[in-house]
Amino acid sequence: MRKKLWIYLALLVVIPGLMFTVSCAKKVTQAEPSAEETAAEAEPEVDNAARIAEEKAAQEEAARQWEMASEEDVQDQAAAEAAAKEQEMQQDLAAAKMMFENEDLYFDFDSSALQPMAREVLQRKADYLFEVVDASIILEGHCDERGTEAYNIALGDRRAESAKAFLVDMGIDPARMTTISYGEERPVDPASNQEAWAKNRRVHFVIE
Amino acid sequence: MFKLTTVKILRIMCLVGVIIFSLPVWAEEYEYIDISNPFLRKIPTAIPLFKNASANMKGRDLAVELADSVSKTLEFTGYFEIMDRDAFLADPHDPKITTAEINFRNWTVIGSELLVTGAVSAEEEYMELELRLFDAFQAKLIVGKRYRGRISNQRQIIHRFCAEVMYHLTGNRGVFNSQIAFASARNGVKEIFISAFDGYNPRQFTTNNDISLFPAWSSDAQWMAYTSYVGGKPDLYIRNIKENSGTVVSRKGIAITPAWVPDKFELAATLSFSGDQEIYLLTGRGKIIKRLTQSRGIDVEPTWSPDGKKMAFVSKRSGTPQIYIKNTVSNRVRRLTYEGRYNTQPNWSPKGDKIAFSTMQMGRIDIFTIGVDGKDLRRLTEDQGDNEAPCWSPDGSLIAFSSNREGIPKIYVMTAFGTDQRRLLSLPGAQTSPKWSPNIINK
Repeated sequence: MRKKLWIYLALLVVIPGLMFTVSCAKKVTQAEPSAEETAAEAEPEVDNAARIAEEKAAQEEAARQWEMASEEDVQDQAAAEAAAKEQEMQQDLAAAKMMFENEDLYFDFDSSALQPMAREVLQRKADYLFEVVDASIILEGHCDERGTEAYNIALGDRRAESAKAFLVDMGIDPARMTTISYGEERPVDPASNQEAWAKNRRVHFVIE
Repeated sequence: MFKLTTVKILRIMCLVGVIIFSLPVWAEEYEYIDISNPFLRKIPTAIPLFKNASANMKGRDLAVELADSVSKTLEFTGYFEIMDRDAFLADPHDPKITTAEINFRNWTVIGSELLVTGAVSAEEEYMELELRLFDAFQAKLIVGKRYRGRISNQRQIIHRFCAEVMYHLTGNRGVFNSQIAFASARNGVKEIFISAFDGYNPRQFTTNNDISLFPAWSSDAQWMAYTSYVGGKPDLYIRNIKENSGTVVSRKGIAITPAWVPDKFELAATLSFSGDQEIYLLTGRGKIIKRLTQSRGIDVEPTWSPDGKKMAFVSKRSGTPQIYIKNTVSNRVRRLTYEGRYNTQPNWSPKGDKIAFSTMQMGRIDIFTIGVDGKDLRRLTEDQGDNEAPCWSPDGSLIAFSSNREGIPKIYVMTAFGTDQRRLLSLPGAQTSPKWSPNIINK
């Protein structure tokens, strides 16, 4: 009677042990010889263990896939975030480009000297050019309609060169800048009054 | 390029026919034109309807047309006061055309000093035209010619005769074989056009579709230099007019206001590739010979004396735009204009003694002339809008200019003394920077 009790106790120890050995693939192959000793009595338990192992494997696969899924989600999210950021940057760039081209530099009558306000304007131009390192620009020199055609083309030329020289002094590579003079030929305001004339005496900046 | 080829001479002869009258002019020198102010008193000149020698319809129409054409052409010069035919005493239906026939009293009594008679006979597309110029008071023939040619070439024939008239009265052949180049803003874009001296038959010379300015004729009228933005910036084009080929001067900066050296294949122009706007002397192929101005600041708008030794130009070297003269032999530069704060657009008279230019004051631009010695400053325009870009005719008797007195700038002509200001022509848009060609028969 006592002998049977000891056998049952041993089995009680062996079966959980088998369960543990069966759960790791490597260990299963190693553990097999020991498992064969108790093969007969252990058969129903092995089936059970296999089933459990299968369940565990399935569980782990699912977990892994869920991890991957969430990784992918994170990746998609990151990509989307990056794309959004890129678009924002492009919009910022376009806005900066528009601002750059929309702000002209103004001059007094018959003068190519830079006025105090000019320095601020040119600072902003320089900032842009430092930021957008591959940008090349054209500086257009213009005059108001008063005065005579040829003299005004020469004056426009001086205005454009004046602005360019200032930017060169600020460290912009002169190779990035081209000047052109239109004299009085391309006014921005065709009216014949002081306001229009003031608007036309300008250097206009264009990004190539 | 400076010669009349044999082919050209033969062509002219075929067009114009045989000259039959070759009576010399006067044994005595008679001055018809007062040199000091030739336009002060115009010579009363009678040009009655011509005789219809072929007695056909064509001849009858031509008799009127040609008489009117001679009248208009002589009137253009500013020297002649063409008399109203209503005042004539002679019978218009029986025109007397030769010295023997004419009753000169009919003409002197009404105050005419010169008389032009003509007789035309027309057959198909051809006509024969006899023209005679008489001194009515002396009852003598000054010059007479017979021409034979196509009716469609009548303008050329008339111009030849008028050149004879001018030659016998002034010693100079006048402007009838000259042309005027100018910029016209067609569809808002300035292109260069050319018309006859009287505004007839304007045609487009540049088809750049981009701003084209400052046309300049060479002395032999074979080359045109001008500035155009067609290459993206103001470059200088030197183009052979007939062959439609040439050179471009395209350097960094501007290349503007070309001015050919008289009788040379060289021109001056303002270039700014050095960083400063200076005037350079170039070959007709666009190669730099040397720099002509040496001063910081704007130097533009060169114009040459007829002997090619002196050059007037605009410089800001003293603080405001003024006109200076450089002697290219001695290299000395002296200032010419001292009145006013903005004197530009100088143009040297082919007679050598005066320079026309424009002055801006009180927001208005007007044309003045000044003696090359700096004396005798004269105002030619006043209170009639802005008047710019004066250019002398090749005989120094007239000045073409641009005026916006009617609104948009158009090309006008006046005498060297500012009288007889009239519009030359009108195309759509603004016309500016007129440049008068030499008086050459170019076919």
